[in-house]
Amino acid sequence: MEHFISLLVRSVFVDNMVFAFFLGMCSFLAVSKSVKTAMGLGVAVIFVQVITLPVNYLLQTKVLAPNALVEGVDLTFLAFILFIAVIAGIVQLVEMIVERFAPALYNQLGIFLPLIAVNCAIMGGSLFMQQRIGLEASNSQAITCFADSVAFAIGSGLGWMIAIVLFAAIREKMEYCNIPKPLRGLGIAFITVGLMAMAFMCFSGIKM
Amino acid sequence: MGLLSKKNKEALNTPLFKENPVTVQVLGICSALAVTSKLEPAIVMGLSVTIIVAMANVIISLIRNTIPNRIRIIVQLVVVATLVTLVSEVLKAFAYDVSVQLSVYIGLIITNCILMGRLEAFAMQNKPWPSFLDGIGNGVGYAMILVIVAFFREFFGSGALLGIQIIPQSLYDAGYLNNGLMLMTPAAFILIACIVWYQRAKDKSLQEN
Repeated sequence: MEHFISLLVRSVFVDNMVFAFFLGMCSFLAVSKSVKTAMGLGVAVIFVQVITLPVNYLLQTKVLAPNALVEGVDLTFLAFILFIAVIAGIVQLVEMIVERFAPALYNQLGIFLPLIAVNCAIMGGSLFMQQRIGLEASNSQAITCFADSVAFAIGSGLGWMIAIVLFAAIREKMEYCNIPKPLRGLGIAFITVGLMAMAFMCFSGIKM
Repeated sequence: MGLLSKKNKEALNTPLFKENPVTVQVLGICSALAVTSKLEPAIVMGLSVTIIVAMANVIISLIRNTIPNRIRIIVQLVVVATLVTLVSEVLKAFAYDVSVQLSVYIGLIITNCILMGRLEAFAMQNKPWPSFLDGIGNGVGYAMILVIVAFFREFFGSGALLGIQIIPQSLYDAGYLNNGLMLMTPAAFILIACIVWYQRAKDKSLQEN
C-alpha cells in the first residue's frame, strides 16, 4: 500500500509526463487555449490511461515477456505494434461506449477522444511501464504488480491533466499581455512551459 | 513530370524553413525536446525519423486508394509501428549505447505527430515519389531543429560536442562553469522558443496575433 501511494504521488509531481518527459506536448500546446476544454481533454486522458496501461501491463507480463507464453520464446519485439493496437482499439471502444451511455459527456469530449490514440502520453506511459517492470522492488519507480500499474496510470494521467489545466489558465491570462510580435502564440507558450517546468523541478528533490 | 519538377522541389524545400514541422506546424515536439541534451542521440533520432517518415509516406501513398476511410488511422498506425520496430531492432543491433540513451523515445516515434500529420495531410492525396520527397523534407526539417537545440545544450551544458571536450581545461581552472540548467528540461523549451522567436522575427508572415 505504501508503495502504491508513493508511486502515485511520484508520477503526478516528480515524474510529471509533461514537465519531466515532454510527453503529450502536441495536444498540450494545441488544446490549451481555454481551461474548460483543457479539463475535458485531461479527463479523457486519465480515462484512457487508466484502462490501457493495466491492459498493456497484463499483455507485457503474460504474453510478451520471455518465457511467458511459450517456454523459450521472447516476443518483446512485438511490443510497439501490440501496445498501439490496444490503445487504438480501446480508444475506439471507449468512444462507442461513452456515445451510447453518456451522450452529454460524449458531446463534451467529442473531438478529443479519437485524438488521444496518438497522444504520446498514453503510449509513453505504456513504454515506461514496460521499462519499470524490470526494476528492483525497493526502487520507488518500480512496477511490480497489477496494482502498481493502476497507480502509475492514475498518477501519470492526473499529472498530465494538472499540467494542461494550469497551462491553459496561464494562457487565458496571457491574452491581455503585450507580448513582442514574433513571440506571440507558439514562442511565448514554450517559454511559459519552460518556466513551469522549472517550478516543477523543485519536486524532484522529494525522497519517497 | 521530371523527377525534380517545381512542385516536387517545393515538397522537399518548404518543410525545411517556411513549413518547418517543429517550429511552424508544431508537430513532434515531444521527442524534439527529450533527446536533445546530447548531440549524438539527437542526430540518430533525426535520421531515424527521416527514414521512417519517408518510408511510411511511400507505403501509405502506394496503398492510399485501397484503405477504407473509416479505419485509415489504424492502418497508418500499423504501418508506422512496423517501421519503428524495424528501426529499433536495427539500432539495438548496431548502436546499442545510443538506443539505450534514446530509451522509450524510439518507440514514441509511433505517436510522433509528424508521422500522422504528414500521412494524413500529404501521403493520402499524393503519388509515391512526391510523398517520399515530402517525407525526406519534413524529416530533415525536424532533424535540423533537433541538432541546433542539441548543439547549444551539449556545448553550454557539458562543454562538449559529440562527447568530445571542446572547452579547454584551462578555462575551467580560470573559473568557468558548465551551465547545469542546459541539461534539464526547462532549457529545451526555452531554446525552442528562441528558435521560434528568431524565425518569426525574420519572416513576418509567420507571426500570430
